[in-house]
Amino acid sequence: MSAIASSPLAPCHKTLGARMIPFAGWNLPVEYSGLLAEHKATRQAAGLFDISHMGQIHALGKGALPALESLLANDPAKLRDGEGQYTFLLNRCGGVIDDLFLYRLNSEDFLLVVNASRHAEDLQVLKTSGCKDVAFQGAPGNAAGMALQGPKSTDILSRMLQADGTDPVLPGRNRIAKYRIAGHQVLVAATGYTGEDGFEIFTDLSTGPVIWNAILEAGKTDGLLPCGLGSRDSLRLEAGYPLNGQDLSPEITPIEAGLGFFVDLNRPRPFPGRSALEEQKKNGTQRVCVGLMGQPGQPPPRHDYPVFQGERKIGVITSGVPSPTLGHGIALALITTPAPSCGQDLEFEVRGRRVPVKVSPRRFIPKK
Amino acid sequence: MNTPSDLLYAKSHEWLRLEKDAATVGITDHAQSELSDVVYVELPKLGRKVTAGEAIATVESVKAASDIYAPVGGEIVEANAALTSDPGLVNREPYGQGWLFRVKPDQPKPAGLLSPADYAATLPH
Repeated sequence: MSAIASSPLAPCHKTLGARMIPFAGWNLPVEYSGLLAEHKATRQAAGLFDISHMGQIHALGKGALPALESLLANDPAKLRDGEGQYTFLLNRCGGVIDDLFLYRLNSEDFLLVVNASRHAEDLQVLKTSGCKDVAFQGAPGNAAGMALQGPKSTDILSRMLQADGTDPVLPGRNRIAKYRIAGHQVLVAATGYTGEDGFEIFTDLSTGPVIWNAILEAGKTDGLLPCGLGSRDSLRLEAGYPLNGQDLSPEITPIEAGLGFFVDLNRPRPFPGRSALEEQKKNGTQRVCVGLMGQPGQPPPRHDYPVFQGERKIGVITSGVPSPTLGHGIALALITTPAPSCGQDLEFEVRGRRVPVKVSPRRFIPKK
Repeated sequence: MNTPSDLLYAKSHEWLRLEKDAATVGITDHAQSELSDVVYVELPKLGRKVTAGEAIATVESVKAASDIYAPVGGEIVEANAALTSDPGLVNREPYGQGWLFRVKPDQPKPAGLLSPADYAATLPH
């Protein structure tokens, strides 16, 4: 994609008066009513995010499962119909080409939800893999998606299903199923990127705006707000979720990123990067991702700020933000091993001055 | 956007209010709206000599850190201590309690600044 792509929900954003910014080749809303208001709405009520830029790739055919087993780092064979898992597409050195969510719709249809910035590259890697009896479909800009996130999201979606005469039983965490909402068939997955309960809804280009408007209307009385990329980033970092291109990259492996849980090395089949990851698992890594907790009244940590232990530079911040929930800075940092343990004091440097932080778990807010 | 008629403006979205012995500086309504949700302000030290156009303060929102430039050269004589505990003043009262610092200008007449009308014309409509 050379030109800037426009979301199928762009007319909705215009009506809502969103502030738009370029992101990964797309023109997307960064905020509507304000980042803090949107962040708070998602934590306390619900937020609706346009995720149409996220790539939706289908792996189709009887060769789909063996192909994905030989290409992805988690084990797709563990999935039953309607289940999903977080996984990685890796390069030969174990570095992350993309982190993605894989759903098994049925034995011959798997949905891969990938990062906008990596979508074209993912397709290229998948299509040139030489795997038999599988077709990879889903070019950028061919589908619509949105995420309804927050404690009220189950209520809102259940009411919409009831209004359509559907059994209002929504999928359990990480599961996906077809539902009828506002008169249209859509895929609903119980996944998200905010640390809240919530759903991601996948549909086609023309249905997208209908569903978007219907959800906003249904959630009006619950305090649902449309939310932009700004709050999406602060919410995901509070939950400790990595951002591809910052916390993950072709130079960073899932084990260094602390995401080894989502790599399955116990199965027989090889996949790209496997031997590099096995080596890291056995001998340890040179670097590891840690959480950093700041203090109120201090400048917030940001991407690329250096991290120090005494006079020694030991790493770099990969993502940082002033946490709206906690009222102080939080960050993920890639630190030379042996990494200092939780509670230890470190510093980052900004504008020539040192700012104190403490090593912390990567999840900065309590788990739901 | 609000662009008060009694102030001078820099292209980089600072405003300057000339007073008897010094000038007060802040960021414009447009700037605060673009930055949104200011959470931290770093101000220049008292007595610091600054030149016009020099980056001397930082305003941080949730999204990003933004440099603030001195609209005139001179000496910093006051910094707005209220912003330490309530940085959101920059958003709520950009031309009032959300001012950033006061500078004693080198020159009696500041050069290179815009009138309210000329500044307003630089903003997107």
